[in-house]
Amino acid sequence: MSAPTFDLGTVHGGLRLPILKDESTAQVIQHVPVPAQLVLPLAQHAGEPAHPVVGIGERVLKGQLIADADGIISAPVHASSSGKVVAIEQWPVSRRLGENAPCIVIECDGVDQAVPLSEEILPFEKQSPDTLFQKILYGGIVGLGGAVFPTAHKLMEATTESLEHLIINGVECESYISCDDMLMRERAMAVVVGAQILLHCLRLNNCYIAVESDKPEAIHTLSDALTEVQDERIIIKQIPTIYPSGAEDQVVQLVTRKEVPTNGLPTDVGCLVQNVGTAAAVYDWIVKGEPLISRVTTVTGDGVHAPMNVKARIGTTVADVVNFIGGYNERAKLLIIGGPMTGRSVTTDRVPLVKATNCILALSETPPVGTEKPCIRCGDCAQVCPVSLLPQQLYWYACADNEAKLRSYGLTDCIECGCCDLVCPSHIPLTADFRIAKLRMRELADEKARAARAKQRFESRTVRLEREQLLRAQELMTQKEEVKKAGPKAIEEIIERSKQKDDADKDEQ
Amino acid sequence: MEFERHDAPFLAPKTDVASIMRQVLYALIPALAAHVWFFGPGILFNLIVASLFCLGGEAVMMRIRRRPIKAALSDYSAVVTAAIIVFALPSLTPWWVTATASLFGIIVAKHLYGGIGFNIFNPAMAGYVVVLVAFPMHLNLWTAPRMGDIDYQYPTIIETIRYTLTGVLPLDLGFDAVSRATPLDQMKTGLHNMQTFDEIHNNPMMGSFGGRGWEWVSNFLALGGIWLMLKRIIRWQIPLGVIAGLLVPSAFMYWADPGVHASPGFYLFSGGTMLCAFFVATDPVSAATSPRGRFIYGAGIGFLIYAIRRWGSYADGVAFSVLLMNMAVPAIDYLTKPRIVGHRKFEKWHHKSRT
Repeated sequence: MSAPTFDLGTVHGGLRLPILKDESTAQVIQHVPVPAQLVLPLAQHAGEPAHPVVGIGERVLKGQLIADADGIISAPVHASSSGKVVAIEQWPVSRRLGENAPCIVIECDGVDQAVPLSEEILPFEKQSPDTLFQKILYGGIVGLGGAVFPTAHKLMEATTESLEHLIINGVECESYISCDDMLMRERAMAVVVGAQILLHCLRLNNCYIAVESDKPEAIHTLSDALTEVQDERIIIKQIPTIYPSGAEDQVVQLVTRKEVPTNGLPTDVGCLVQNVGTAAAVYDWIVKGEPLISRVTTVTGDGVHAPMNVKARIGTTVADVVNFIGGYNERAKLLIIGGPMTGRSVTTDRVPLVKATNCILALSETPPVGTEKPCIRCGDCAQVCPVSLLPQQLYWYACADNEAKLRSYGLTDCIECGCCDLVCPSHIPLTADFRIAKLRMRELADEKARAARAKQRFESRTVRLEREQLLRAQELMTQKEEVKKAGPKAIEEIIERSKQKDDADKDEQ
Repeated sequence: MEFERHDAPFLAPKTDVASIMRQVLYALIPALAAHVWFFGPGILFNLIVASLFCLGGEAVMMRIRRRPIKAALSDYSAVVTAAIIVFALPSLTPWWVTATASLFGIIVAKHLYGGIGFNIFNPAMAGYVVVLVAFPMHLNLWTAPRMGDIDYQYPTIIETIRYTLTGVLPLDLGFDAVSRATPLDQMKTGLHNMQTFDEIHNNPMMGSFGGRGWEWVSNFLALGGIWLMLKRIIRWQIPLGVIAGLLVPSAFMYWADPGVHASPGFYLFSGGTMLCAFFVATDPVSAATSPRGRFIYGAGIGFLIYAIRRWGSYADGVAFSVLLMNMAVPAIDYLTKPRIVGHRKFEKWHHKSRT
């Protein structure tokens, strides 16, 4: 058993946000029953969307593979309950680009019949890391912290680097969200065993479970679980309660005091970060044989009657989830998937709960819009920036569309945490502006590449034309010389021949 | 159910420009009271004149630039400019001097550069420098501070208003009777005439540090400034920079030869040092913006104040120092970019993007 450590690391800046989690942690995780309909998007992960392997009208069982991984980085999708596939169609989803995405719609029969286990479950210690990688890939497990990068790929990529630590990220720094906290409180053993499986996969001997200092219950249950398993390799590490300490690079910095290099990954400093939810999902799949078909999510905000954490099947629509907890109240104006700092607002609650959905937030007040004033360069944004950028300068160059300056002031290092927005006295939507500037920068890069290709094409054409001209000139020269060598008689003959040819042409006409 | 669409973040912003400016004004109130106590009510009338012209100038310029007038007036930035101008002016100042400073500051230094956020020079200091050059006579007439032990004549409230409006004092009350050279002036002349610091400083008008009255106004300005620092409206880098930039050379010179150099305490608490350190140099728009750059910017101002006071021809050098350092801001900002997390310390800033 290892005692919690108390030396808190630091990151630059950050914000103390209003916590607002008490309401949703007042009761244990409630289980949402099987809904009448499940909507399962094919792209619930980073990388290529999965491709459907079931047809319309087909009956599927709970845990059955319905869409398989497709492409180098991808993850499969499983049916969350038994029923009939009624459609594979465009459906509203929550994501950054576009309103709709292809989804498999299942009409549930309510029986919730599971697929029989195809093989006996072996203790994970007896399985080789490669087998486990394959299994984790088949289980549709992706990073549940928000980035939804396929876990198997992340693990396999990490094995090529020299790793020192596995970090299990239990830092939930955004206001309102408490699903990881509740998961650690209620399923600490699943998290710990999940961590052991990951350690086994990675052949590592050091794991930190990072938890914020304001989650004493979670730390307590995790310590108890650790005492039970007697694993010296796993250490609980307390992290200061400051936003955005739960972001991947920041958690690495807080735990190891090492900075993830720009354009790099945590593996560059010997760390691999996995969310606590992912660890529990790995446990459920490897030990219990249940693929990733449900998750814990926080339903909260002043727009719902009874905030709480629920365990819902992936594919349950937000409307069904909110109905289960007692519905919206009359003040609900804004529906956000994710937290209040980095979440995305959706216009309809028909969107399904996906693997990435850690929070469903209904708010009564909309953020102020149109009150933006000129920047007074107060520098508060630079004070809170967790990566030490100067947002006030970036904003200036973003307005001027000065790509070179944006690059040199580190626009690409921006993690879009939104801290600068919150402290800006001029209410400038800095993060949104930076997002647009990044997109614009990418477009510009594409444009430049296109222009470069066009230029290359043009240049090679010029070279080719010149070469052809030269060849023709040479040919002409040799012909002339040949004719000269042949003498005047031959020239007359040639003229005669061409005349005859001309006459023949005329006759033909 | 249907919902509205918005961009993240969804939490309410923590503050706004108007509340920052309002708090800066609150922080000036103790010093304003001290000013009235020691130098008479003139500053209040000047404040009214300056506010009217600053707000008027702002409104006219916003009108001409076809921008919303109400939004500009309600951010209180023009009132802050007015307040800083009147702290720089003598309490007896005719209205046209105050008006010129206000209008030049707002119209030329602020709006011709693009309005709030775009001005390179501090508007209050730019306006002040214009009247310092244009009306040197008026700016040298400081009323004597209230001292109790020495019998000076003071203009009454009515006489002060009359002077503010017309620039004329009653016949029986000449300037010689009501005004005195400022401590900084006396020090400059005295040192020039080969008097020692102690001889000059023996004058009861010199008070304990920076001159009777002046030092108390300075104390209250510093107090207001510290309150702003605690409220995180201003950061420590600039005030500390100004004080250090002034303190270090003056302490060194005083230590080297206390006879011919004034004490660091005198420089800190006389003239506009404290006003500059906490309220002028800290104007974010015209100051450097990176944390390290701010300290350098402040230190530059402090050093220039010392240099001008000691070797220049002006008794105080606050306004010129601020304007000179305003010019240096782009260079300071460029050279003091903080290291981005994940970048190496001396890495060139040009790097390939992830795309």
